[in-house]
Amino acid sequence: MKFSRRAFFKSSGLALVSFGFAPQFLERAVAETTKRAGKILVVIFQRGAADGLSMVPPTGDAQYHAMRSTTALRPPGRGAGSALRLDDTFSLHPALEALYPFWSTGTMAVVHAVGSPKPTRSHFDAQDFLEAGTPGRRAEDGWLNRTLLSSPQLNASEFRAVALQPNLPRSLLGAAPAVAINSLADFRLRAGRSSAATERGFESMYSAAVDGALRHNGQEIFRALREVQSVKLEEMPAQNGARYPNSPLGKRLADIARLIHADLGMEIAATDCGGWDTHVNQGNEQGQLAARLRDFGDSIAAFTTDLRDKMADLCLVTMTEFGRTVKENGNRGTDHGTGSVMLVLGGGVRGGRIYGRWTELKPANLFEGRDLPVTTDYRTVLCEVLGGQFSLERIDKVFPGFDPRASPSLRMFG
Amino acid sequence: MAMRRTRLWFLALGAAAALPSCASNPHSLNARSPTPPAEVAVPSTHWTASKEAVHVLNRLAFGYSPEDWEAVAKIGVERWINQQLKPNEISDQWVAYKLRAFPTLTRSSAELEEEYAPPEERAKVLGLPPASPEAKSAIEAIPREELPQQILVELTAAKVVRAVESRRQLQEVLVDFWFNHFNVSAEKGPVRWMVTSYERDAIRTHVFGYFRELLGATAHHPAMLFYLDNWLSVREPDPSRAKPGSPRAGLNENYARELLELHTVGVNRGYTQQDVSETARCFTGWSIEQPNRKATFVFRDRAHDPGPKRVMRLSIPRGGGVSDGEAVLDYLALNPATARFIATKLCRKFVSDNPPPQLVDRIAAVFLQTGGYLPSVYAALFSAPEFWSDEAFGAKTKTPFEFAVSGIRALGGQTTGDVQLLQQIERLGEPLYRAQAPTGYPDAAQAWINAGALLNRINFGLALASNRIHGTTADVRGYARRHAAWNDVHRVADAFANFILHRELTPQTRETLYRAISEQEGETPADGEHKPIDVPLVAGLMLGSPDFQKR
Repeated sequence: MKFSRRAFFKSSGLALVSFGFAPQFLERAVAETTKRAGKILVVIFQRGAADGLSMVPPTGDAQYHAMRSTTALRPPGRGAGSALRLDDTFSLHPALEALYPFWSTGTMAVVHAVGSPKPTRSHFDAQDFLEAGTPGRRAEDGWLNRTLLSSPQLNASEFRAVALQPNLPRSLLGAAPAVAINSLADFRLRAGRSSAATERGFESMYSAAVDGALRHNGQEIFRALREVQSVKLEEMPAQNGARYPNSPLGKRLADIARLIHADLGMEIAATDCGGWDTHVNQGNEQGQLAARLRDFGDSIAAFTTDLRDKMADLCLVTMTEFGRTVKENGNRGTDHGTGSVMLVLGGGVRGGRIYGRWTELKPANLFEGRDLPVTTDYRTVLCEVLGGQFSLERIDKVFPGFDPRASPSLRMFG
Repeated sequence: MAMRRTRLWFLALGAAAALPSCASNPHSLNARSPTPPAEVAVPSTHWTASKEAVHVLNRLAFGYSPEDWEAVAKIGVERWINQQLKPNEISDQWVAYKLRAFPTLTRSSAELEEEYAPPEERAKVLGLPPASPEAKSAIEAIPREELPQQILVELTAAKVVRAVESRRQLQEVLVDFWFNHFNVSAEKGPVRWMVTSYERDAIRTHVFGYFRELLGATAHHPAMLFYLDNWLSVREPDPSRAKPGSPRAGLNENYARELLELHTVGVNRGYTQQDVSETARCFTGWSIEQPNRKATFVFRDRAHDPGPKRVMRLSIPRGGGVSDGEAVLDYLALNPATARFIATKLCRKFVSDNPPPQLVDRIAAVFLQTGGYLPSVYAALFSAPEFWSDEAFGAKTKTPFEFAVSGIRALGGQTTGDVQLLQQIERLGEPLYRAQAPTGYPDAAQAWINAGALLNRINFGLALASNRIHGTTADVRGYARRHAAWNDVHRVADAFANFILHRELTPQTRETLYRAISEQEGETPADGEHKPIDVPLVAGLMLGSPDFQKR
């Protein structure tokens, strides 16, 4: 396997055929989801608990305005800065306007009131459980890593799973190799004028390393470096006139897009963005949260534009550990809540729709009298994203103990 | 000394109720008769003295600095270890002097909360309306050294300075180990104002004491109470009196679960969900006066569940107060499962990722025999033949922090703890004091060795050797001048192999390095002159080499 890597890259877009195609995987145990999603999965984690009720506000729900005196968004058509209409109940936050065209053209879907079936209001527990893929308990490895492990070992690319951040996120921890990169510009040897010779020096030292993990990973570095350098990846311009914000998320998504353009065999990319824990002065169409959302929406819109021609083979999913309280707190902010929003773009998703069951925001409907209740298990969404060719056995590996048949299918794809 | 401080600490917390329970505990501070012995006897190893020194400095210290290397050479490994077990007898004036640059280190949490209040708070104190232009400009006018971030900047800088330059190396290694064992994250809410005191008063004070003292100090500390939410945990309400619609207060099991799973007996070691809930009931009322203003321990009697409880095999009668939690800590601290769990973690830290089971058994036995007296446990570990075995030598992979610090030490470098070094360490993947999960950072290599991380290590070594990290300096050129013919590549490489790796290069590595160094691009020297050797590159290659990733 090792020896075939480079040949494998060169041998065409085969590297992109990642999720199984052995006959047993064609047997669709999850019968209702018929079409597979994209072959490259990009996951953005909004750390800090993003307010789903602001991202996709239920502006048609009278209770919403009653509960949110300073943070509610104005219903569509009420002048500049009012929310953008999705349907009779829901709108899009005006700071997410860059995503609106993707909604209109059916590239983007929204899942509302989504979250973990075992809610916790602790950031780190919730992130742990969500990323482990095991609601209510911790696991040594994460759902994305188990996704890699459960697919046939066809693709041995150094870039099979990449996190654009200093550390691997919990979702990518585990036995399958995954690379964490701060940025492509950083992903080079900093040895001044003598880089080529230095690289050779390091490479031969690592290929002779006694320690297996060091030898293996050390050799990977230099193969990966060559892949990146051979195409001057960090300089590759965005396509289709896409303009990324000059923000951490914008830069990370631009790098992910470069890795995809370069056809390096990437199957999974993960990154995160913070600043969502808006306990104080959250703001409405302007303010703290609006600024975060503008960066978020502009970055994703640039990414989707950049990869326009590849979006059928590519699925981008956003998630956050939990939503925020329906009622505003005493500091013009919101506290830790439960249900929130996931966005799904590309991969053949049936976009322009809102998935999930909505119950009016009446106090009696709220979870523990305060939170948007979770009506859709986030794993249901991810299972559909992973695609219909996932056998039940494989889903059980990725999300142990989860039976997707126990809840109604969303039929987000095909 | 340590004992007196502990007692004062209890008094300072005003937890008067805690004292009687301590006195009635057979392992209490007063009743504890002679301190168990903690003397290391190094078994015969058939190693050279310099191999023994490498091993000891790689395990009990953050690698070898020229000073510590000399110290070990002078008095031998055995005496050096025994000195390290009594850190207060080692003079560390230079580091004490350097730490005076960080005023936050000596402040209480409450003082820090006042002096380094969030900018919005300070604007509010000035009577400026929130989010107003006046408030904004007032906030912008606050100098950076007065912002809350400064606390963590100083704490992190101090940690690096100590790790690099302290002569009490074992103490620093142990503070790092035990902090990680009882991890809190400075990123969770007001913990950033508490973490300085947490490390200083709960961890550092007790790493050479009894495990029970360490455990108790963490259990009482506001940083832990906040981080694992126990401060919010109150007895379950009487369902008949609950007001509909109001947020339901009740038990929070977060601390109780981690106390069992991570701090004491270890996961799946003979406790059930029922034991977790019962433990949580015992700790109801262990709270914080005011997390954002007055971060001190308080026991709230009204929040405490006074009913009878049973935790594993411990029965707690009705009517207890703060003593319920103390009784649970007494019980857990000397539980055989705890002894085993702690012994395993220490063996993994100091011996190998998969330590020999018979070693773990023996260390656990010492833990129990000495009532959890940690110096005796350490001494037994450092006297064990397994610690001095060929299998253990060089078997551990350095954590990102160990790698960075050992690199600076190997070059005989110094650091001010400047933020550039902290950023470099962060880039290696484990930002200090910011491990989010209560498990702390993983203790086996799998988690931190991946291709991206190794490249960051290689780049760190190159940056360090060529003095590209502001505030952190090492004179590799001076070393080369003193120790090798400056124009002979082989001799420079050999000198640095000896200096940085403390071993001879294999002929293959030597040849590899030789080629890498001689092939470097650069101006072609005039005829008859030698091309100058890129000395920092030689040192950088050594620091980034696979050998230097091991300890």
